Amino acid sequence: MASSTRVTFPNKVLPYLLLAPQLAITIVFFYWPASQAIRQSVLREDPFGLSTQFVGLGNFKRILSDPNYLNSLQVTIVFSIATAVIAMGFALLFAVMADKVIRGKGVYRTLMIWPYAVAPAIAGMLWLFLFNPSMGTFAYMIRSAGYNWDPLLNSNQAMLLVVAAAAWKQISYNFLFFVAGLQSIPKSLIEAAAIDGAGETKRFWTIIFPLLAPTTFFLLVVNTVYAFFDTFGIIHAVTGGGPGKATETLVYKVYNDGFVNLILGDSAAQSVILMVIVIGLTAIQFRYVERKVHYG
Amino acid sequence: MTFRGTSLSLALGLVLASSTSSFAVTEISWWHAMTGANNEVVETLSKEFNESQSDYKVVPVFKGTYPETLNAGIAAFRAKQAPHIMQVFDAGTGVMMGAEGAIKPVADILSMGGAKFDKSLYLPGIVAYYSKPDGTMLSFPYNSSSPILYYNKDIFKKAGLDENNPPKTWPEVWEAAKKIKTSGAAKCGYTSTWLTWIHTENFAAWNNISYGTNENGIAGTDVELKINAPLYVKHFQELADLAKDGTFRYGGRTSEAKPLFLSGECGIFTESSGGLGDVVKSGMNYGTGQLPYDPDAKGAPQNTTPGGASLWVFAGKSDAEYKGVAAFFTFLSRTDIQARLHQVSGYLPVTLAAYEDTKKSGFYDKNPAREIPIKQMMGKAPTENSKGVRLPNLPQVRDIENEEFENMLSGKQTAQQALDNAVKRGNAAIKQANGQ
Repeated sequence: MASSTRVTFPNKVLPYLLLAPQLAITIVFFYWPASQAIRQSVLREDPFGLSTQFVGLGNFKRILSDPNYLNSLQVTIVFSIATAVIAMGFALLFAVMADKVIRGKGVYRTLMIWPYAVAPAIAGMLWLFLFNPSMGTFAYMIRSAGYNWDPLLNSNQAMLLVVAAAAWKQISYNFLFFVAGLQSIPKSLIEAAAIDGAGETKRFWTIIFPLLAPTTFFLLVVNTVYAFFDTFGIIHAVTGGGPGKATETLVYKVYNDGFVNLILGDSAAQSVILMVIVIGLTAIQFRYVERKVHYG
Repeated sequence: MTFRGTSLSLALGLVLASSTSSFAVTEISWWHAMTGANNEVVETLSKEFNESQSDYKVVPVFKGTYPETLNAGIAAFRAKQAPHIMQVFDAGTGVMMGAEGAIKPVADILSMGGAKFDKSLYLPGIVAYYSKPDGTMLSFPYNSSSPILYYNKDIFKKAGLDENNPPKTWPEVWEAAKKIKTSGAAKCGYTSTWLTWIHTENFAAWNNISYGTNENGIAGTDVELKINAPLYVKHFQELADLAKDGTFRYGGRTSEAKPLFLSGECGIFTESSGGLGDVVKSGMNYGTGQLPYDPDAKGAPQNTTPGGASLWVFAGKSDAEYKGVAAFFTFLSRTDIQARLHQVSGYLPVTLAAYEDTKKSGFYDKNPAREIPIKQMMGKAPTENSKGVRLPNLPQVRDIENEEFENMLSGKQTAQQALDNAVKRGNAAIKQANGQ
């Protein structure tokens, strides 16, 4: 953005002082726990830490050969793609529609952004209350209509439910970015195409959609990271990873192995793998998005 | 650095302030997982104890669900900040027993209080579960319960069943459930909370069949599961068959099935005796009975096993603090306290005197449901199959069982496959937990 106008500070100490609070927070809340996770991942320990044994990469070996881990990897991929596609698809649709509204534009947009303020666990509880087969209002309606709605046992329905809850929460965020993206597209381009006789659909796919590509790509990365890491609360509240292991994502498995089953080494090794995934995703975002795509 | 410095001095200040204010009174922290009415009981008991003497002050702290409380305690121990007393649920018993250096046996503590600790005062079935193989009582049984049968009398009437005669065996339950469903008296015949605790762990004890080797883990941590024996397979296949047309409805892994019974959707229900309060509160016309057994099992019904939770004491505290804990446990064992606890909360009394007292007062004539779990547990001397189940990682094994049950109830596998898988995966997990 501003790489050409470099500012230099004459004071040598001040920049470090200004950075200190941020650095302290990063060290305390990121480097320190991350180093603990790496240390724990090469150890085998009882829950109370009374006996510790160094096992090298033993924990990683066991995890990667565990069919349950591969299953949760698969679940995570399905869940993330479905969540990202649904959340972005609906957000784009709503953004394009909201862009056409002339009166009360502000109100529409504000209302659309609200769900983003809902905490994941609360979003999960809301959806659970609506669709839980024992007490949910919608569940009751679906069952009365003769459809066998039972996400407690039907794994596809359970997946559908967590995807819907996770996507619903993320639509607002995506909507915000798409609206901003749409506003940066010059009206003259669209008007010129209209004069040339391009219909609404044609204008969308040949002009608007390609020009939104940077936003879309950025959101794709953000949504994937969201689906990977921020949906724990929703899954915990709605399905608890079940039925069977049908909705047990990688993050949920870290929690389950560490905090329910008390196998700290395995859990730490899994979180180290997740850390590598996040670093990879962030690297892609910086390399590809920041460099090759410029925001209008 | 400045950030850390200020927080450190702040913490120091707080410590100084709190230690000066509580001078002379020894504080005993009690971490627990009780909510709602049961939380009020915890608060009341602490308050009464604190007012009854001036040397010690018990401070109860709510720490979340049972597993959350256990985790909080473990994390605190690792950080050398463990509480004095921690409430641990039944399935966590094996975890605590495995941590010998972290805990102090309750038997030792009670004798530190001055009074000699007499184990025979306590209900044998409960004490046995919380004792080491050599008989040393490790934790103090606080809230114990056992599964019983509940049924909706209005639904029974509508279905043409005898409302004063609850089903006694599993085949009778299946028959009644089918009748409820086909007659249209309710949408579902039968549901249950805790399939693991009720249909495997208590199923084993009540029908006097083995759950696992080494007396189900009571005699040693090296256990091989036996829950794919023919009696289990038959039982779970029947359950899976009933699930197909909704005669049996699955509610969830723990207590989630309760609303299905309370809302009148299901007519018969198996659940902890501790759940009676909610059934009473719902105002429904209910009846209770013993947990059903399998008539094909020899010697059934044997006895059921305790669920609920017990209080553990962490190691590494001062003698003065342990004396305070001892005083508190002695207070909890008092007959009047136990009798009230039992009558109000629905949990079992811990001492025999409290049971006799309640019996004499005529309480059970008016509340027969309160006596069912006691009779179930005390009816016969426990065998090697019926002392309870104790594994170093019972929560994990329960999860494995639940996953397999869910895949069975959704029709993905038969009962035989589900139980075989549960045994295979469970055994591997137990081996890992034992460090093999």
